[in-house]
Amino acid sequence: MLRFLSIRLLRAALTIGLVVTFAFIVLRMSGDPALLIMSADAPPEAVAAFRKAWGLDEPLWNQYLSYFGAILHGDLGQSMRDGRPAIQLVAERIPATLALTVPALIMKIGIGIPAGIFAALHRNSFLDRAVMITAVAGFTVPSFVLGLLLVLVFAVQLGWLPSGGQEGWRHAILPIITMGAGGAAVLARFTRSAMLEVLGQPYIRTASAKGVSWRAVVRHHALPNAAIPTVTIVGFMVGSLLAGAVVVESVFSWPGVGRLLVVAVANRDLAVVQCILLLVAATMVTANIVVDLLYGFLDPRLRSGVKA
Amino acid sequence: MAPLVSMRGLAVDFDGVPALRGLSLDIHPGEALGMVGESGCGKSVTWLAALGLLPAKARISGSVKLGGTELVGAPTATLEGVRGRKVAMIFQDPASALNPVHRVGKQVEEALRLHRGLRGGAARAEARRLFDQVGIPDAGRRLDAWPHELSGGQNQRVMIAMALAGQPELLVADEPTTALDVTIQAQILELLDAIRREQNMALVLISHDLGVVAETCDRVLVMYTGRVVEQAPARALFDAPAHPYACGLLAALPPLEGPRERLVAIPGQVPDPARMPPGCAFAPRCPQAGPDCDAGVPPSHVLEPGRVVACLRPAYAPRPREYAL
Repeated sequence: MLRFLSIRLLRAALTIGLVVTFAFIVLRMSGDPALLIMSADAPPEAVAAFRKAWGLDEPLWNQYLSYFGAILHGDLGQSMRDGRPAIQLVAERIPATLALTVPALIMKIGIGIPAGIFAALHRNSFLDRAVMITAVAGFTVPSFVLGLLLVLVFAVQLGWLPSGGQEGWRHAILPIITMGAGGAAVLARFTRSAMLEVLGQPYIRTASAKGVSWRAVVRHHALPNAAIPTVTIVGFMVGSLLAGAVVVESVFSWPGVGRLLVVAVANRDLAVVQCILLLVAATMVTANIVVDLLYGFLDPRLRSGVKA
Repeated sequence: MAPLVSMRGLAVDFDGVPALRGLSLDIHPGEALGMVGESGCGKSVTWLAALGLLPAKARISGSVKLGGTELVGAPTATLEGVRGRKVAMIFQDPASALNPVHRVGKQVEEALRLHRGLRGGAARAEARRLFDQVGIPDAGRRLDAWPHELSGGQNQRVMIAMALAGQPELLVADEPTTALDVTIQAQILELLDAIRREQNMALVLISHDLGVVAETCDRVLVMYTGRVVEQAPARALFDAPAHPYACGLLAALPPLEGPRERLVAIPGQVPDPARMPPGCAFAPRCPQAGPDCDAGVPPSHVLEPGRVVACLRPAYAPRPREYAL
């Protein structure tokens, strides 16, 4: 177990390191922050001074080493825009993002998994088809389209809910639904196919043959097995709690991490972008490790694989 | 003696394609019956249909009576009261027939709770006794094993223990040894036979392996394309099969004595269930077939007491090896 964990942690650190490196290279190659942050007609001496102040005049290799060294000391750099620590800027935005993504995640799980189980248990019935058609619609419509549609109906036409901003819980409703719908649809489809796969297994017939009621067969024999593949998808959704809201936050002018990212990329605010990417990579990797541990909990076959 | 199970004209079709075409059969308490035939001949379907375990698209007709209770079309509650308690079933591949996420002991205890109301320590103690009975070594520790930690033979013993938990009057063993090594096969068959004798429980052994059935059963049903073509005491069938299909099956067995010879296969293939020949389904492959065989399905007739065959030209006298030549 300890060996398993340390291997996983080492791999996680490597993944994060790669993400950081990749982000660093792409950002430095894709435009000069000095020219973007200073205006285009700024005097060349001022631009040169800016470059020197942020170390942009150094060779790329040196910049990378000092950047990486700082990260290892917990220093994620300062925003080039307002000079505050990048981590502080990002941390301020995290609660706003979580206020959308956590309820959306609950919606995805709370609707998607029961809908998938229901569809599987009523396979090929009218209800199964209805659920699946809704699900296909749910994940083929891009979230910005769904978001705009909801704004058009509930904000513009009906005037029930605000179209954007962050003044209270009512402002969160449309963005949460926009985000939750697609995920619920994905989970519904995934849960359905996982359930169907499990319901076709010989041990389900064994359980029925020994006199277990169908309800108990589903609850006690099918669900624990179908949970194994479903956890993968849920884990992926948990991993994107921080970064999954980029589009929706932009559509609804919600001041979260996603919108900060969009603005920071546009401004080439390198430290902020890198800080967000680092956090995203870290949450994703953490979620993956948790999923792996959960596999072991759910599936005894994997547990003994870990021991070996 | 009144039969334990009595089937009359049991038929099953899937989306209009027949899988079982009218099977009639009596099983008496404590009897060992073998059902042989190729895959798809309807031997497993018979019992899955009787216990209501087929998918919803299967259409079942005819009658299956268990001690006076009709099972075909019976409400779910009736069937759940029969499954595992009156009639238990074990399956071909024990590794996939046991739930991978539950400990084997718990799976046996579930049956004990359902059928005998045992819980907690009492259920565990009884599960342990059953494990001992079916010959699982170190039973106390094995209760906590997961299916993937046990060998195929041990998993099949767990399945048998689980089947015995409900103290059934009939155990249906569907190809119980097919997925196992030959040496383990013999042990499992001996175990099934011993349990049947000790508990006076009836046993139906479904197999495509004539050797397996010969050792264990008193009476054998030979099935072909959803029908019983011959029904005979095991000894009589192996000494002198009457139906040409049964003759062909026996001729395909390697002889234990004498010089090594080429095995004789039955020519041709099992017909497509959706496009059956007009008369006897075996006629296109049958060396004895004549034009009258295509006129209609040959009726079953009694050759001698306990011996029924559905053939116009039963090959009664010739020994299997002569048939082969």
